[in-house]
Amino acid sequence: MEKKTALPFNGTKEQEAQLMAVIESHKNQEGAAIPVLHKAQGIYGYLPLEVQQMIAEGLNVPLAEIYGIVTFYTQFSLYPKGEYQIGVCLGTACYVKGSGDILEKIKAQLGVDVGECTPDGKFSIDATRCIGACGLAPVFTVNDDVYGRIGVDDVEDILKKYM
Amino acid sequence: MVNLKINGQDVCVPEGYTILDAAREVGINIPTLCYLKDINKIGACRMCLVEVKGARGLQAACVYPVSEGLEVFTNSEKARNARRLTLELILSNHEKKCLTCIRNHNCELQSLAEDLGVDNIRFEGENIPYEIDNLSTSLVRDNNKCVLCRRCIAACDKQTISVISCVNRGFTTEVATAFGESMADVACIYCGQCINACPVGALYENSHIPQVQKAIDNPQKHVVVQTAPAVRAALGEEFGLPIGTPVTGKMVAALRRLGFDKVFDTDTAADVTIMEEGTEFIERFTKQEKLPLITSCSPGWVKFCEHYYPEFIDNLSSAKSPMEIFGAIIKSYYAEKSGINKDDIYSVAIMPCTSKKYEAARPEHSTSGAQDIDASLTTRELARMIKQAGINFAELPDEEFDQPFGMATGAGVIFGTTGGVMEAAIRTVYEILEKKPLDNLNVTAVRGLDGVKEATLKIAGKDVKIAVVHGTNNARTILEKVKAGEHYDFIEVMACPGGCINGGGQPIVDAKTREYVDVKAERAKALYSEDEASTLRKSHENPYVQALYKEYFGEPCSHKAHELLHTHYTARKKY
Repeated sequence: MEKKTALPFNGTKEQEAQLMAVIESHKNQEGAAIPVLHKAQGIYGYLPLEVQQMIAEGLNVPLAEIYGIVTFYTQFSLYPKGEYQIGVCLGTACYVKGSGDILEKIKAQLGVDVGECTPDGKFSIDATRCIGACGLAPVFTVNDDVYGRIGVDDVEDILKKYM
Repeated sequence: MVNLKINGQDVCVPEGYTILDAAREVGINIPTLCYLKDINKIGACRMCLVEVKGARGLQAACVYPVSEGLEVFTNSEKARNARRLTLELILSNHEKKCLTCIRNHNCELQSLAEDLGVDNIRFEGENIPYEIDNLSTSLVRDNNKCVLCRRCIAACDKQTISVISCVNRGFTTEVATAFGESMADVACIYCGQCINACPVGALYENSHIPQVQKAIDNPQKHVVVQTAPAVRAALGEEFGLPIGTPVTGKMVAALRRLGFDKVFDTDTAADVTIMEEGTEFIERFTKQEKLPLITSCSPGWVKFCEHYYPEFIDNLSSAKSPMEIFGAIIKSYYAEKSGINKDDIYSVAIMPCTSKKYEAARPEHSTSGAQDIDASLTTRELARMIKQAGINFAELPDEEFDQPFGMATGAGVIFGTTGGVMEAAIRTVYEILEKKPLDNLNVTAVRGLDGVKEATLKIAGKDVKIAVVHGTNNARTILEKVKAGEHYDFIEVMACPGGCINGGGQPIVDAKTREYVDVKAERAKALYSEDEASTLRKSHENPYVQALYKEYFGEPCSHKAHELLHTHYTARKKY
């Protein structure tokens, strides 16, 4: 079975009111799920179970279908972003220089998968396309900090700086 | 009409036909996989690719509409090669454990490999190992076998349950529930229509054969079995008999040879259900309260009501289903009468249903201290037991059920098809209220396969508005009508399209056969013919049922009857 969002849902009344207004404005409109999900992600930053349920109920679309849409499009996220957002470049240059191994190391170090967030809300991992720093390959970023020409063995020390 | 040519042969078919329809009309078979008549028509699997003159590339025959002058080639080298390659790619990441697969010999993928001449596996693709979900009482999902045809999703959508969908994308696409929950934790009603739609072994019932076999092998246990009406209308299919062949006598003989100590007929309990439910109806109708009364024999429907329409729970008949009525009677009246300790009785039910496994496990069905029904097997599981025991089904003699629960009326028999419960109830309710015999016992208004059947009957000078629906999509329709203010007195609901004859535990009929045979209608015929042939066709005339009330329950809906034969329901969450 897949993992559910590890972080407890902390939606506010204001966010809920905003979402309800969005749902209301798309009611009875065909193909409303995608624009509503898009706006919901704008409101909450991600699309946890609780938000998907509200949308399913409000639009009268089965929850499984909503979940199917969310997992189909990479732009939709089931998990919130962490305080530190890690982006590992999987562009061609970085990939041939071993960024795949770096990604594996980061995943193992933090115990979460790509797209997920650690239970303490500190780190989230994304696999990105080319970020245009091929000369520094392999590259990964932590928020605005860029780490280039690194090896698997450097990962632990770099992450420690943010712990 | 539209004129076209298929493989050089002139074909004339009505407008709106697809190439697939037109080809079948002239006996040309185009292989299919994701296509399932009336359920799934999405052109996704590309097994039905054909060459269409003038069209770019090959076309999916199942969704390509015919047009005047169209020229189609189903058997060209290009079409054959493309189809075989498609199949080889589907096979490349299929778990090919055919020998031990539940659908060995009854698998559409296997048949396709044979039909298309795939004689070796050229591509061994990467396989994502999936966890098997066997946590629910009823359904097992094994995505390692799934070919992503989406027939199960379409069947679930048709029922308007939609708890499964395609999730993720590309190579990691899989059929799953929202957030990967187990079937045990979502608002699935266990109707099993997904199982019947699955071309491979990705969906099947949670088997309880081992427990039953263990009980039979234990000399301390008195193992009693009951069989639902719809089982006899379909079991023969598992042994090569034509669809719609009633096999009551052979089924009884087989059960005896399997080692069951007593072979009883659920139909007897159906007659008791009618006594209880009929009395309940008369009471509610006379007082004009809690109407419409809605039948509660179908556990999938009951679970549907609890999850999706809990506001109708008070309308559900509190009478238990025939299976559970029997369960309660066997471990009380029967145990006392035959001097067997109820704890030594192991009570088995053979049902056309996967949801019955859930019903059997409901905690309220334990009037005897333990579960009243110890195990509920599907028609398919029974067939497996018969095969495993080396019984030559076709050569069995016809045998009779054991008494005192082997005598049923025609009313009990037709319980297995849509409209049957209503018809049986009307036969009894009419005679009780009118105090005179009903002239024509066939209540034809409630027969047939229309999704929603309605009628107004005149009984004892009063109009009785009845409705019969099958398939939970139609249940939704009628409940919405009631909510909108339409008045009904009595509604019958069966969760499966066509009723129990087409239940999720019945023999699986492949897509090709479904194309030519109206499976539901054929199986229903088997039941109506047994009803016609019965000397007693009204539940209240069953002498064994009369004796049961005289000796034990007093009268229908008595205090004792309420204790043992009635139940209650629970509002459940949708998510």
